[in-house]
Amino acid sequence: MVDPARYQELGIEHIHEKVQRGERLTLEDGELLFACPDVTAIGALAHQVRRRFNGNTTYYVMNQHINYSNICVNGCRFCAFAREPGDPQGFQLTLEEILDKIKESLKYPITEVHIVGGCHPDLPISYYESIIREIKALRPQVRIKAFTAVEIAHFARREQLTTRKVLERLQESGLNMLPGGGAEVFSARVRNLICPQKLSGNGWLEVVSEAHQLGIRTNATLLYGHIETHRERLEHLLALRSLQDDTGGFVCFIPLPFQTANNNLRGIEPVTGMESLKTIAISRLMLDNFAHIKAYWIMLTLELAQLALYFGADDLDGTVLEEKIGHMAGAQSDQSLTRLELERIIREAGFDPVERDCFFQPVYREV
Amino acid sequence: MLEQHRNIMQFKEIMAKALDGGRLNPEEARELYQHADFHMLGYLAHQVRLRKHPEPQVTYVVDRNINYTNICVCGCRFCAFFRAPGQPGGYLLTREELAKKIEETLALGGTQILLQGGHHPDLPLSFYEDMLRFIKARFPIHVHAFSPPEIIHFRNLEKSAIGLVISRLRAAGLDSIPGGGAEILVDSVRRRVSPNKCSAKDWLRVMEEAHNQGLRTTATMMFGHEEEPRHRLQHLLALRALQDRTGGFTAFIPWPFQPQNTAIQRAPETAVAYLRLLAVARLVLDNFANIQASWVTMGPAVAQLALRFGANDFGSTMIEENVVAAAGVHFRLSREEIKRLVRDAGFEPQQRNMAYAWI
Repeated sequence: MVDPARYQELGIEHIHEKVQRGERLTLEDGELLFACPDVTAIGALAHQVRRRFNGNTTYYVMNQHINYSNICVNGCRFCAFAREPGDPQGFQLTLEEILDKIKESLKYPITEVHIVGGCHPDLPISYYESIIREIKALRPQVRIKAFTAVEIAHFARREQLTTRKVLERLQESGLNMLPGGGAEVFSARVRNLICPQKLSGNGWLEVVSEAHQLGIRTNATLLYGHIETHRERLEHLLALRSLQDDTGGFVCFIPLPFQTANNNLRGIEPVTGMESLKTIAISRLMLDNFAHIKAYWIMLTLELAQLALYFGADDLDGTVLEEKIGHMAGAQSDQSLTRLELERIIREAGFDPVERDCFFQPVYREV
Repeated sequence: MLEQHRNIMQFKEIMAKALDGGRLNPEEARELYQHADFHMLGYLAHQVRLRKHPEPQVTYVVDRNINYTNICVCGCRFCAFFRAPGQPGGYLLTREELAKKIEETLALGGTQILLQGGHHPDLPLSFYEDMLRFIKARFPIHVHAFSPPEIIHFRNLEKSAIGLVISRLRAAGLDSIPGGGAEILVDSVRRRVSPNKCSAKDWLRVMEEAHNQGLRTTATMMFGHEEEPRHRLQHLLALRALQDRTGGFTAFIPWPFQPQNTAIQRAPETAVAYLRLLAVARLVLDNFANIQASWVTMGPAVAQLALRFGANDFGSTMIEENVVAAAGVHFRLSREEIKRLVRDAGFEPQQRNMAYAWI
């Protein structure tokens, strides 16, 4: 219900007007939206924008996740997945083990392999190059979306190469796209407190910008609901919007609610459903140059992800065979879904499901 | 295009009526339920909620669900809780167990117990009367007990009359009657999913009799099993008609069927489907003061959003809950967590009693 009087009552009629005119929202607008207690009013506006971009379509992807290692030198305090070098719970998959996982999933009609891992101290860039090359040899049609900007910067430092050179070498091996992870919250204040060893916010944006210049498209994430302020969330969104203005290289934005279990950030209440829906809706409203907003069901739960489709999101991610990172942090969802389940959830919500590839191109299958 | 325009015009009239406090007729209710936009439904339902409850409070009750037995001759296909007589795993609570549960409830600040159980084949009405007297003699607690199918079961065993059974239970200490066992109040559906349970008419007769004897009751709906959407609307209209006569219902509580461990295999209703039903219930049940969100089946996130889709009550802290848990759904919330969720959704948490009076 996008009734002007409703927004007048909430004191955000000028935001309502801007959205009707397709005008860009400011940081102050975003702060007013976060302060607004009526999440459905914001959701209805975001839904209007979502329909402009994506009509009645909701996307999903047939994909597989591979985490090559949990051994990580970064020690981010919010992370439940990483293990320090030398920790007995650390693992590192050999190339053969990774290829076995790919072979096991040959029976599934996957179009995307999503590969991320810890910043491993010892693995050479040739390891990552072979992963990509060998997966492509086994499954030439799949698209490989691998290695966050944080991993790229780590490879570069270890090999004493430029990040551009690392990106070029991986691109030559067959890398199609970078996932959006490692962005967390760009604010230096926040990063100093929760992930001081990790690539800085500016560093993340620089690597991603280089990737875009090389024709490697990327996603972008935001990890919200820990110690950051609403303003810091908004500054993060504006930094992404500004880079997208320059490069147009972002495919999809993925807001990720912080999961509270098994990590070193204490005393943080779990993100509520309201807060997630509000953050997703405000992301849709602020990121006027992003075509897609993802409701990542793994982190949100399927129920909330379905509702998010009415709060600005147009994508549910996918089948996600064997998710680890969110589940080690206490995510309460299943670890994979079938196409039928995904399509049912989407149809029940009143949308038309469309299978996509990693670039959001529809996948047409021969029946 | 013309079709779409006509829809908008038609909705405008229905919307104006709903916002004005007018009563939706069955066609209007169906039109809204089938075709209205998700956000429109939520907005309308919330406006109606605000007209009935302009205050920012969302209420909740501190209570415990006590199931005195799971032995049941009904064998409803949607039920994961019951054991047939003689089947392993059946239980009947002892007086000591019952007393301990009530003591714990009072210690946690509880004000009432919801006491229900299976249709036990052997226990006479005097057993339940004694149970009520036992509780009431020892504990200052509101006893919200025996859903209509149980009362019909007692009547059948006693070969008595509904009114007599209720008055005997009242005399023994019964304070109010829970709205369970309503499922879908359409006999063609009941014959399929719960053929041995009381008819829709009997369910409504128990409630009417209880109301006439001065007992307040709630009303529920369990949807998403083998009924059609139109049956859900019939259910709402039957409740509305009875409420017109008696005014005895305090609240309406819908929840979606949970299929795990039951004899009905289908996917559970989704969050969007739940909220649409909730909103339509708020709009159709213009003579019900309260609509309850069901976090126990839908989880805390969806329950929060329910507060903007017509619900003004967050239900119970459910110190104990067995029936939904038997169907594989295990949401748990502390009183503090309920308060946090309500505040976070933009409302003020307020403890209440069964009559929805603030405590």
